[in-house]
Amino acid sequence: MALDPSFVGRSYPPTPPYRVGREKIREFVEAIGATDPAYTDPDAARALGYPDVVAPPTFPIVLTLAAGQSVIDDLGIEYARVVHGDQRFAYTRPVVAGDELVCVCTVEEIMSRGGHDFVTTRVDVSDTAGAPVVSVWTRLVVRGDA
Amino acid sequence: MSEPQAWVEGQELAAQTYRVTRADLVRYAGASGDFNPIHWSDRIARSVGLPGVIAHGMFTMALAGRALTTWAGRADAVIEYGVRFTKPVVVPDDDTGAEVVVAGVVRSIIDGQAQVDLTVTSGGEKVLAQARARLRVAGGSAGSTGVP
Repeated sequence: MALDPSFVGRSYPPTPPYRVGREKIREFVEAIGATDPAYTDPDAARALGYPDVVAPPTFPIVLTLAAGQSVIDDLGIEYARVVHGDQRFAYTRPVVAGDELVCVCTVEEIMSRGGHDFVTTRVDVSDTAGAPVVSVWTRLVVRGDA
Repeated sequence: MSEPQAWVEGQELAAQTYRVTRADLVRYAGASGDFNPIHWSDRIARSVGLPGVIAHGMFTMALAGRALTTWAGRADAVIEYGVRFTKPVVVPDDDTGAEVVVAGVVRSIIDGQAQVDLTVTSGGEKVLAQARARLRVAGGSAGSTGVP
């Protein structure tokens, strides 16, 4: 079933601020098995010039996955049929503990090919003052009936 | 953590090997909030045409991200990072799991930033394509292009 192309260009209202916790970063870091000290040790992060521990490069998916959920819901996508196509992060600066981050999700592209549907979203993550932190592109593949 | 690599164009970065078990997927699901059942239920994974439970693409991407910061020797090295997920990492329900191998080559160094091309495989097959990152590296080597 083709997805409604009229969603292209649609932007969703900013999400409520997400406060990045030191222990949430630690949980994510342990889940991916990373050991860089600046992820868990505030002193190591300060030595790199940050006010608190730094999050790993793919950590923003924690926020953007939730921010993109409304797109999946609104397009009527069955989540078990979704596989991840592409993913990209472009950083202005790393995410650090204590950040309060707001996400604005925009639907960039919807297309069909080879019996599958594709939807690309961009989530712009900024602080509560509006300063950009990271932009996150996600392309999902909605598998057609086998 | 290993010593940071020397940053020279064409440099091959030491391949990093990571093991992925079902338990890792459960932990990652909880930490990331991605509870898609294809990452924990064989029944549901097969019902949508997959061979069985597959790793979260973002988990594989996170492992390759570990390689990036290991090579760079700093947690905040990644400026830009993108991948295409081409083949699922199938994770068997045993104690061994699957293996993910991350190799990299330095394509260019410009203004203290390195462009790295990644090759990420599992069971000898490429699982990511167009996997590239731009990294902040401590002082690109003298004579590299683009350094003013």
